[in-house]
Amino acid sequence: MSFSEFLYMGGYGFYVWSSWGLFFLVVFGNLIYTQSFYRRTLRETRNFLKRSRNKS
Amino acid sequence: MNRIVQFFHKTVSPEYFYWLSGKLIPWFIGIFVVVLAFGVWGAFTAPTDYQQGESYRIIFVHVPAAYMSMLIYVCMAVAGFIGLVWHIKLAEITAVASAPIGAAFTALALATGSLWGKPMWGTYWVWDARLTSELILLFLYIGVIALYNAIDDHRKAARAVAILALVGVVNIPIIHFSVEWWSTLHQPATLSKLDQPSMHPDMLRPLLIMIVACTIYFPGILFMRIRAMLLRQERRSRWVARLLGEEGT
Amino acid sequence: MRPARKQRLWMAAFIVAGVAVAAALTMTAFQKNLLFFFSPSDVMAGEAPENQSFRLGGLVTAGSLKHLEDGLTVEFIVTDFGHSITVRYSGILPDLFREGQGVVTQGQLGADGIFAADEVLAKHDETYMPPEVADALERSGHPIDEDKSQ
Repeated sequence: MSFSEFLYMGGYGFYVWSSWGLFFLVVFGNLIYTQSFYRRTLRETRNFLKRSRNKS
Repeated sequence: MNRIVQFFHKTVSPEYFYWLSGKLIPWFIGIFVVVLAFGVWGAFTAPTDYQQGESYRIIFVHVPAAYMSMLIYVCMAVAGFIGLVWHIKLAEITAVASAPIGAAFTALALATGSLWGKPMWGTYWVWDARLTSELILLFLYIGVIALYNAIDDHRKAARAVAILALVGVVNIPIIHFSVEWWSTLHQPATLSKLDQPSMHPDMLRPLLIMIVACTIYFPGILFMRIRAMLLRQERRSRWVARLLGEEGT
Repeated sequence: MRPARKQRLWMAAFIVAGVAVAAALTMTAFQKNLLFFFSPSDVMAGEAPENQSFRLGGLVTAGSLKHLEDGLTVEFIVTDFGHSITVRYSGILPDLFREGQGVVTQGQLGADGIFAADEVLAKHDETYMPPEVADALERSGHPIDEDKSQ
């Protein structure tokens, strides 16, 4: 099977590749988003602790 | 017996779980990536289908997504139930943290199903029992997320969410059996009878590998969310101060 | 277990049981509406709505597909092995439309007994196998289409 045949997917290339694309987008997008959410929360929590330490 | 209870209490303490999950996440994600690589390879080297040609390769993402959408809902409802009855903070957070992950998989199952339905059935969408009940599942997830965000007090919000999750659990058997109870456009389940699968072994293998990959992915991403939520909700507690104090210097 | 916990446990169990019963009752009441299509036998038994569009589903009888002169209209017979109904349709058939395969059509039953469809959807089953395996099954006298009526 040649590469272009592989992309063509027997005429169903659009449906197959958009499905797989969405899968990777959701799975890895979620990982990247959640990691940045965690980092942001870590930063915010540090700032919160710093503020409350300065106040006391 | 007492030791088991002690171990349980230690594990569900936010501080210990934060530490433990931090150690586990790289393993879950790492193993997930390896298993996924095998699954993807298998999905595209599997033979062509005798009826649907190459388009059936959508099944390798559609079925795992649909399976995860239901598995995560059950996890969310069980965690919500434990949180509701025993008031365990970690269980409450687990339920809340599951919702967006489940919603993502549900949306993925609907979207890939749609992309498969157009070339095979001839339509992107029909209002049959299977598709409609899966759409209701998405609304349940969205409802859980919205309800949690609408209530300011974290713990009260978690309890409200648990009740909604428990109410919605009735939808899970409906989704699963819809194709048997009613006439639908959607075909019956491929995987319901593992003793006599209706799929050729060369196609079944990569499908099962993809399902295993997604099942390993779930605790990985779930723990990442839980850790962030724990930090935020426990920021006034001593363990967070100790943890970040040591880290910060 | 402490009484407060026990009470909450019962409350949670009550929620799940209550909703399950309510859902079961609702679904029994609306059983008809949850059916996506009627089979030819349902239609013959007068269960399908009259003078109104509804969905008819079944298998396309092998050898029944005819292309009419205008080149656009097709006719085929939908069967559930009990009864059969002829369907007429003008338009593009889905890729999976095949004789011996499942189909769901939407339209109206005319006075002539012909079902005038304005939509034809293909319904496939949950069997997946390589073409060679299907051929081998066919040759050995176990046609795969044999018992998949839905």
